Amino acid sequence: MVNLEVKLKDLVLKNPVMTASGTFGFGEEFADFIDLSDLGGIIVKGTTRHHREGNPYPRMAETPSGMLNAVGLQNKGVENFCQDIYPRIKDYQTNVMVNVSGSVIEDYVETAAMINELEHIPGIELNISCPNVKEGGMAFGTSCASAQEVVRAVRQVYKKHLMVKLSPNVTDIASIAKAVESEGADSVSLINTLLGMAIDAETRKPLLSTVTGGLSGPAVKPVALRMVWQVAQAVNIPVVGLGGIMNAKDAIEFILAGATALQIGTANFIDPQVSVKIVEGIKDYMIRHQVSDINDLIGAIDLK
Amino acid sequence: MKKLIQDFELVKYEELNCEHFVLDIKANEALPEILPGQFVNVRVDNNNSVFLRRPLSIHNVDYDRNVIQLFVKRIGEGTKSLGELKIGDKLSVVYPLGNSFSIPKNAKTLLIGGGCGVAPLLYLSRYLHEAGNEVTTILGVRSSYDAVGLKAYEPYGRILVTTEDGSQGEKGYPTQHSVLENESFDYSFTCGPEPMMKAVAAYSESKGVSCEVSLENTMACGFGACLCCVTDTKKGNKCVCTEGPVFNIKDLKW
Repeated sequence: MVNLEVKLKDLVLKNPVMTASGTFGFGEEFADFIDLSDLGGIIVKGTTRHHREGNPYPRMAETPSGMLNAVGLQNKGVENFCQDIYPRIKDYQTNVMVNVSGSVIEDYVETAAMINELEHIPGIELNISCPNVKEGGMAFGTSCASAQEVVRAVRQVYKKHLMVKLSPNVTDIASIAKAVESEGADSVSLINTLLGMAIDAETRKPLLSTVTGGLSGPAVKPVALRMVWQVAQAVNIPVVGLGGIMNAKDAIEFILAGATALQIGTANFIDPQVSVKIVEGIKDYMIRHQVSDINDLIGAIDLK
Repeated sequence: MKKLIQDFELVKYEELNCEHFVLDIKANEALPEILPGQFVNVRVDNNNSVFLRRPLSIHNVDYDRNVIQLFVKRIGEGTKSLGELKIGDKLSVVYPLGNSFSIPKNAKTLLIGGGCGVAPLLYLSRYLHEAGNEVTTILGVRSSYDAVGLKAYEPYGRILVTTEDGSQGEKGYPTQHSVLENESFDYSFTCGPEPMMKAVAAYSESKGVSCEVSLENTMACGFGACLCCVTDTKKGNKCVCTEGPVFNIKDLKW
């Protein structure tokens, strides 16, 4: 028997594998393919104060070893989440966290306050890094001062686990991580998508309606791994790693770089069972390497 | 309707011409019920530059042999690589995805397909025929060279062709076929290039015919998680993969 249980401060995950917001719907979309209770946690679709239609089609372009998306936080708003969606998903036997997005601080605060009242939601992931929303989103996550400001405001109303999702579109991600830690973030997750673009040479048109979008998939993995490693050394709160994880080998690499837990994102689109396969693969790795506790692998990169 | 992920085996490859081919893929176990208009999302494992699955319409289903038939046009890297699979190769398939065409009873139905948009119409014509409908299918192609696979439609009704160069059937686009003026229909169904579907929608609207179209927006997942394949409807953005691919034109902003 190996121990897969990890802790993000007081939040206990039965294993380190979570699913990333925006790639896993509300979990329901995957219930035909896997048993959701096999996961350490799921982070449901980005939720905002008010209904958002998102960006016009086309919103997606396949790129080498990855994809660009420009969904633009399409969602029905936090009230709809609390009334319609929460009752359907509250009894999942895993940690269901809500990704909270916004474009002004008041929206983040009001959304977080409403989710604070939901008994079966043990935490939120504060999204200060969405690249696809015109006014705000990523802007909060690209300077220490604005990141601190939004985390400070949300911390006052949100009493449970506060994970902050960081943008890779910055010069020094470790300084942003330290800034949100200083305002009371319980953990940080990284990376959100990298800002990118794609053009159709034949038609001379951009492939996304918004011209630019967020790059994800294996193409971003080395960048994500580097940033997780840098942040893990800079902060004392747990780091949740994501960015191009396709299999258990990738997952182990993030843990060795310092991630306490992981999120599986784009890979869910290609193999809806991949998250559970990664849990199994991590177990196999531990048995093969005679590691009885996953916590012994966190940050265990051998730099000698 | 439960969605599945399963490995299928390629059991038959039929080249129709240099652009089009039909794949017969076989499951290890009994197929679930598959409705006309639904699609599969297949993984292209024989080409590393293809990252996402490729959504493909279901052309026909043989429940006795657990075989799904896919009608494919070589368009990009993904479909080209699918055409290079060998008999016995495995194919990971997520299915059955999407909603389906409505099946009326004992009505006069008109099916119009263009390009690779003909793919779901064979299975639809079979369902319509079995429900006692009179089925007329018009396939619009560039020339007789592309008028492939017509025989398969014959058991289910009348099959008509239009060619842009007049080399087979009537010359012109499928929406210009004389049968549209000379006869009346109760229901129309279409799949193909958007300008053609819009022409079918306009014809149907002018004649008071109920019209359903099957959309082919690009998508990442195929089961409602990525929200990439939306189309703008009168009720806001809807996912083509789960709330479509079939839409009644009265719900679209066309």
